[in-house]
Amino acid sequence: MSGPNTDYDPVEVTPLKAEEVDAARDAALAAIAAAQDLEELKQVRIDHVGDRSALALANREIGALPPAARKEAGQRIGQARAAVNKALAERQAVLEAEHEARILVEEAVDVTLPTDRCPTGGRHPLTTGAELIADIFVAMGWEVAEGPVIEAEWLNFDALNLGPDHPARTMQDTFWTEPAENHLVLRTHTSPVQARTMLTRGVTEDAPIYVVCPGRVFRTDEYDATHSPMFHQVEGLAIDEGITMAHLKGTLDHFASQMFGEGITTRFRPSYFPFTEPSAEVDLVCFVCRGIDSEDCRTCRGEGWIEWGGCGIVNPRVLRACGVDADRFSGFAFGMGIDRTLMFRHGLEDLRTLFEGDVRFTTAFGSEI
Amino acid sequence: MKAPVSWIKEYVDLPADLTTEALTDRLTALGLKLEAIEAAGAGIQGPLVIGRVLTQEKEPQKNGKVINWCTVDVGDANGTGEPQGIVCGAHNFGPGDKVVVILPGGVLPGNFQIAARKTYGHVSAGMICSAAELGLPDDGAHGIVVVPTDGPEPGTDAREFLGFGEEVIEFEINPDRAYALSLRGIAREAALGFEAPYRDPALRETPAANDDGYPVVIDDAIGCPVFVARSVSGFDPATPTPEWMARRLEQAGMRPISLAVDVTNYVMLETGRPIHGYDRDTLRGPLRVRRAAEGERMTTLDGTERTLSALDLVVTDDSGVIGLGGVMGGATTEMSATTTNVLIEAAHWDAVSMFRTGKRHKISSEAGKRNERGVDPTICEAAADRVVELLVELGGATAEPGVTVVGVPPQPEPIEIGTDLPARISGMPIPAETTIAHLEAVGCAVTVAGDRATATPPPWRPDITQPYDLVEEVVRIVGYDQVPSVLPRRATGRGLTRSQRLRRRVGRTLAGAGLVEVISFPFVGESTWEALGLPADDPRRNTVGLANPLSAEAPAYTTTVLPGLLEAAGRNLGRGAPGVALFETQTVATPSEAGAAPIYGVDRRPTDAELEALLAAIPKQWTELGVVLAGEHERAGWWGPARPAGWQDALAVVDRLTTELGVEITVESAAVMPWHPGRCAKVTAGETVLGFAGELHPNVCRNYGLPERSAAVVLDLDALIGLTPAVTPGPTFSTMPLAKEDVALVVDQAVTVASVEAALREGAGELLESIRLFDVYVSEQLGKDKKSLAFALRFRAPDRTLTAEETAAARDAAVARAAERTGAVQRA
Repeated sequence: MSGPNTDYDPVEVTPLKAEEVDAARDAALAAIAAAQDLEELKQVRIDHVGDRSALALANREIGALPPAARKEAGQRIGQARAAVNKALAERQAVLEAEHEARILVEEAVDVTLPTDRCPTGGRHPLTTGAELIADIFVAMGWEVAEGPVIEAEWLNFDALNLGPDHPARTMQDTFWTEPAENHLVLRTHTSPVQARTMLTRGVTEDAPIYVVCPGRVFRTDEYDATHSPMFHQVEGLAIDEGITMAHLKGTLDHFASQMFGEGITTRFRPSYFPFTEPSAEVDLVCFVCRGIDSEDCRTCRGEGWIEWGGCGIVNPRVLRACGVDADRFSGFAFGMGIDRTLMFRHGLEDLRTLFEGDVRFTTAFGSEI
Repeated sequence: MKAPVSWIKEYVDLPADLTTEALTDRLTALGLKLEAIEAAGAGIQGPLVIGRVLTQEKEPQKNGKVINWCTVDVGDANGTGEPQGIVCGAHNFGPGDKVVVILPGGVLPGNFQIAARKTYGHVSAGMICSAAELGLPDDGAHGIVVVPTDGPEPGTDAREFLGFGEEVIEFEINPDRAYALSLRGIAREAALGFEAPYRDPALRETPAANDDGYPVVIDDAIGCPVFVARSVSGFDPATPTPEWMARRLEQAGMRPISLAVDVTNYVMLETGRPIHGYDRDTLRGPLRVRRAAEGERMTTLDGTERTLSALDLVVTDDSGVIGLGGVMGGATTEMSATTTNVLIEAAHWDAVSMFRTGKRHKISSEAGKRNERGVDPTICEAAADRVVELLVELGGATAEPGVTVVGVPPQPEPIEIGTDLPARISGMPIPAETTIAHLEAVGCAVTVAGDRATATPPPWRPDITQPYDLVEEVVRIVGYDQVPSVLPRRATGRGLTRSQRLRRRVGRTLAGAGLVEVISFPFVGESTWEALGLPADDPRRNTVGLANPLSAEAPAYTTTVLPGLLEAAGRNLGRGAPGVALFETQTVATPSEAGAAPIYGVDRRPTDAELEALLAAIPKQWTELGVVLAGEHERAGWWGPARPAGWQDALAVVDRLTTELGVEITVESAAVMPWHPGRCAKVTAGETVLGFAGELHPNVCRNYGLPERSAAVVLDLDALIGLTPAVTPGPTFSTMPLAKEDVALVVDQAVTVASVEAALREGAGELLESIRLFDVYVSEQLGKDKKSLAFALRFRAPDRTLTAEETAAARDAAVARAAERTGAVQRA
């Protein structure tokens, strides 16, 4: 490395001669100011304050001076060296800061480079959707009940007031396990979990039942954009003293607003389900158009309402088969499709996207819905 | 059920200004759900008139088509009275025929604007319309609508003739409201909804039963409580069905067939009571209703030969079985184009028997649909009389004086109800008077004693059998929309269960590790096990079979999560994904050995022992967690090449998950399909085998279209969750300085890292904080059967800085133990 001061040849400075000391100091200050980087400054330091520098040599000669001259010479040299050292330190700080700033500049990278070395994971919206629903009810003090998917015929049908000749059994095309005489089915709805809960837990004044049962169900539907042999339901059951349709309405209104936004409520229409009496269909105010100027709304197809599920007061026949005192307790039950709920909540066009396992579908939802 | 509005209005005087929307809104609120309102002619504007074709010249065109250049008399409708020149491509009409013409300025459905325009060398001023162009159901001819010669005169507006402007309401009728499968029932509901005057079409004077009627014997009064038979003679089978009746049948969704058949269908729609007509001349001797003999055969009027069950109700004459009672008539006694003498049957049938017979023979008919849901048993005479009336009036027939009535209609059971029950169940303040009034409004006969009432349902409501059924009737009239919204306040749940929380944690952990969850169908078959290469005696082949699978290829419920997951992986790669990392939790099952699940009654709770027996018969089901890693596990990029997934990634997933859950596992080599026999690990926690992880067998990869070296994991999730400690003890650790020692040990190739590590750990003693393999090295120098394992040992004392001597001593002790256990030699 070459710099302006590498050939510096210090002239001899006589400590008693003020002008010589000042000249050496000024030469040093000039060199310091001229140093352009830390390397040059290092050479300046060696040349002007090093052991062989003029000021150092002059300083060493002070001792040889007659005592009367020492003080003045010492002061003069000392002041010169202090001025030089101060300038050196200041220049050092400036050059170091410049150096660091330059390194940071040189180290700049292209932050637009891709960073997707390890692909992102995700949880299925049916899983997280069921969790969201469960959380809404758990927050109200409900519990989440579960049951098997291969279920006893008696629990899936008979206990729910669907006798062997009930016309409603034809509405639910059932997968029977082999041999059919074993009276086992792939559950056609999550309602057998209701029966199981009542049968295994019972109801007392101190221990009412408030459960939701999200789960997988099966029907022999051909697979297309709106039908699947496997889908998901959430069932709710409340059995307590004094339960009314008003409680059912309140619960579903709360569920609707939590799931679809403040102000989204439900309406009931008379319907028929064997396990409830009275029974109702539940419609949801369209959460997109909110029932206002619905004509062009694609979500509710101009209806202003979306069919959401079924519900009703638990049929006393069901209570009786499940060992609940129908004179003391009443209950309500409701059920809706989780798949269908997600389809209209998220604008899904084809039910099959839920079951194809295409990662582009699932990762779009992340790990919460 | 489709009902023309004008037909409904025949029986109920609705407010004059009532719109169809208001009518359907009210009926929907009462439980007859609006499905659709069809209005024929909707979308047609402007002059649509009857025309008579005067001339028709066929003109062949260069493109091979032949067009008709017609002049059509449209009366004064075109303003001039002159014939209208129209080009038409259809050929099913000729000069003299009456047709339907839309004139320039008119609009057809689909906003098809009609104007006079030049085409095929003529100015065509309007269009001769086909059924399709008018938005009418196609009659099969695909041609121009030809108006009967006695139809309206040219120039008349064609809308009335075509039935336009008539709205037809389609209702979705719930199974409990069979009475609404008739105009009688729908009109009754409309009357109820608007408190409007109602005329019951089934309420009519009927001739008294006498001994002159056709002889009928009922052998099974449970299956057929009532049988009414009437006769007409001299019916003219050539008489066409009048236009109004044919149109109403079509509007209701039934195809007109012949006058005699159409009349029976019309009366069924009108009253809800299915009617069967016999060609009386084909009958041999008295009619008899009985159960069929097992294996007895007959041919129904759809031409199908059927083998009967002893549970089927049949109608017979001396020739044998002539009808499946209430479900479908027989071919031999069917009314035909030559029938002049008709025997009319109006019988009441047991609904359950109808349902079973329909299901057994896979017959779905309009009659069966009503009979199996329950028809008013008291209107057989009225319905039969109405059929006689129409055959006489429209078909020139003469009513025979004989009237056969066998049996008595079943009586509805009275139901006792607390008058406050509707209020208590609905949560609305419904006074007792309202309850009583509404029960009477739906047709119940009500007597009141104090705060209790006894309601006898009307005969058309066989669905009403218990107090809660009465509650629904009261509440639907009060209005479901009046039910207030009140949250119950007594729920005091304990939150999610531990396993529910842990399953969420598993999902989040795996998603955090870059895995994507999928959900697959659990259906498998023989080909599944072949693709997975499972040996013939593999227990996973022992499945719960399905009696009615959707696909013969997959007739069973799966015993493992893998098949669906492997297919999903293949699908992703097939769609161009460079790699996939998937996971799934699936319920899997093995058959129960306990035999059939019992069917209990429902009049009481099963006993605990009964319940136990029931639950024991249900196949064992548990949750399996599966992972499949295929293709690029880390992508290629500016950082370097891609890294394909391999066995180690599968084990890394296991490690990550079990570490998260705090379950200590051991892994050892295993050879289990569908894994590579040399690259599969059995994962164990204590005594419990949790599952397997590693590289998939190359054949399996091939079978599922996955790249070689793809990897998979299967774990028993329920077992894993069961082993997760309820409370994690808080760790203690030292903050003293760390002492590092690295050792390289040469061992035989066959010696596992785990065994060396275990020996080192044991020998190093309590000062060892952690141990980690950081390199595996092989070389010719070491020898072919040797490998060098480099371990980083980290030592730390809880209370002091370790001296170099202490650390060295611990290291040497570790190496010595490894040498002793595994023959390891420390490399210089």
